[in-house]
Amino acid sequence: MRTPMSLLRKFRVFWHRLLLRALRVAVFAAASLTALITAFLIGYILIKGIPNITPSLFARVYTSENVSLFPALVNTVLITALSLLLAVPPGVFAAVYLAEYARRGNRLVRIARVAAETLTGIPSIVYGLFGMLLFVVWLHWGYSLLAGAFTLAVMVLPLIMRTTEEALLSVPDIYREGSLGLGAGRLRTVFAIVLPAAGPGILAGVILAIGRIVGETAALIFTAGTVAKLPSSVFSSARTLSVHIYSLSNEGLYLNQAYATAVLLLVLVLCINALSSFMAGRLTRASE
Amino acid sequence: MTAFAMPVFVFAILLIVAIALLIALIVALVRGKRFRERFMRGVFLAAACVSVLCVLLICLFLFVNGVPAIGEIGPLRFLAGTSWRPGNGLYGIAPMILGSLYVTAGAILFGVPLGLLTAVFMASFCGKRLHGVASPLISLLAGIPSVVYGFFGLVVMVPAVRLLFGSDETGGKSMLTASLLLGIMILPTIVSVSETAIRAVPDIYYEGALALGATHERAVFFAVLPAAKSGVMAAVILGVGRSIGETMAVIMVAGNQAVIPGNPLHGLRTMTANIVLEMGYAADLHREALISTSVVLFVFILLINFLFSLAKRGQTL
Repeated sequence: MRTPMSLLRKFRVFWHRLLLRALRVAVFAAASLTALITAFLIGYILIKGIPNITPSLFARVYTSENVSLFPALVNTVLITALSLLLAVPPGVFAAVYLAEYARRGNRLVRIARVAAETLTGIPSIVYGLFGMLLFVVWLHWGYSLLAGAFTLAVMVLPLIMRTTEEALLSVPDIYREGSLGLGAGRLRTVFAIVLPAAGPGILAGVILAIGRIVGETAALIFTAGTVAKLPSSVFSSARTLSVHIYSLSNEGLYLNQAYATAVLLLVLVLCINALSSFMAGRLTRASE
Repeated sequence: MTAFAMPVFVFAILLIVAIALLIALIVALVRGKRFRERFMRGVFLAAACVSVLCVLLICLFLFVNGVPAIGEIGPLRFLAGTSWRPGNGLYGIAPMILGSLYVTAGAILFGVPLGLLTAVFMASFCGKRLHGVASPLISLLAGIPSVVYGFFGLVVMVPAVRLLFGSDETGGKSMLTASLLLGIMILPTIVSVSETAIRAVPDIYYEGALALGATHERAVFFAVLPAAKSGVMAAVILGVGRSIGETMAVIMVAGNQAVIPGNPLHGLRTMTANIVLEMGYAADLHREALISTSVVLFVFILLINFLFSLAKRGQTL
């Protein structure tokens, strides 16, 4: 004889099975949707953009007729190089201090970590405003390559610090002990043994930073400005590729050229990121 | 003359500092080992202080330039004022604060369920080979610059929303469009952080659940996922931080009207958009009010960072 209790139990078991079945379906549906969105996004930009890539886009001088992206491309390379020059030495050295010199639980280390974490979370527009207030206005640099590069250097500093520190920590202690045991000083151990061993990891971080610099827009509009010309010095205003896309789509007149620029930027950034993860992969294999 | 002399002056100082460092380095190389060790230790220490210095400088410059304006406008009229009309001396950023919160909530609503389920798929439902394809795809999504997302939103999602909902006032540039786009943008963050959290749960949870007779799905959803709760929380908070701070993509699809939106098909303006749109031509109090907007944004971000570190602490315990 069936009691009401067992009926209820049966219903609950049934309900639970249904829920699990639904969850299973949801998991697969969500994964496919994510894949679909990614494929559509990249595919759409590529399909619409590639036919619009023409030789005139690479003309030396930007005019409203050819809408050349060449100056923006050169500016992007310049700003990237300048920012890295400014951010890599302090970033790597800071990581060396945190990983190799500081004792655990050191107060300064804790403060430096909190600072780096805070910097990581700050939105790029806030960096842009800060760069504008400090470099453009207070130091009177004006909208310039240099102001943009300094702003971006501050922005990627925590990224370089973190990836370098991780790379240094993945170097086995036996390397350090061997070096010290052979009579090398701490400094020599760092420069001759630990840093080269962590090289691929550090490089991966630097390349990741390049990707962020190349893709950045908001931090540059009010620091490097939007002039679409080749710069004559580090004090001239210059737009990068990302700013170029924003300006074009804002004006709304050159949508085809904006597509083409977006393709170039997308391919550039994706290649840079792929290179970075390739380098990181080499590091983990080397340390195994 | 002075406007030109100043940058050259500062640049010269920078150059002198660089040369001084170089000379010190050469001296260090020539002199004894002991001195060299000490000197470079000092250099490393100084480098470690750079990030602290940067945070202090950012706080200093934003607060010095932004806080006086809040005082001048009146904190309540600035934060709770509902009309932003710089021409008439009205500086209320409530529409922008609400705008930022609305699109962030929308992004979480779209992005978190999708991202979390995808993370569960990547961690527990897909084979090694499929994972080898899916994982680079997610990092691909993470690498796309926000201006490209914005452009995609502008040329694909805005017309799509216009077509589907026939919004006549804003032509498809709306809170809904911005939320959807931000939801896609935070996907990679949500997926990768949640997946790491799920994978960090000891296998024993899963095996124990199986031993008690649970199916795979039941073990994953009712034993493993609850154990990864704080990691998932951290992922959500990171997503909130990313979408509240996002600028370019939102500007391109949100419509940017400085009014409180009545429904999801209305356009809105976020705090970030407010800064970028008007900074180019603003002067005096208007300009300072924009910097104050970024101070408010900065405070929001600090709060989110604090919550994030709390969630992370929960994870390690």
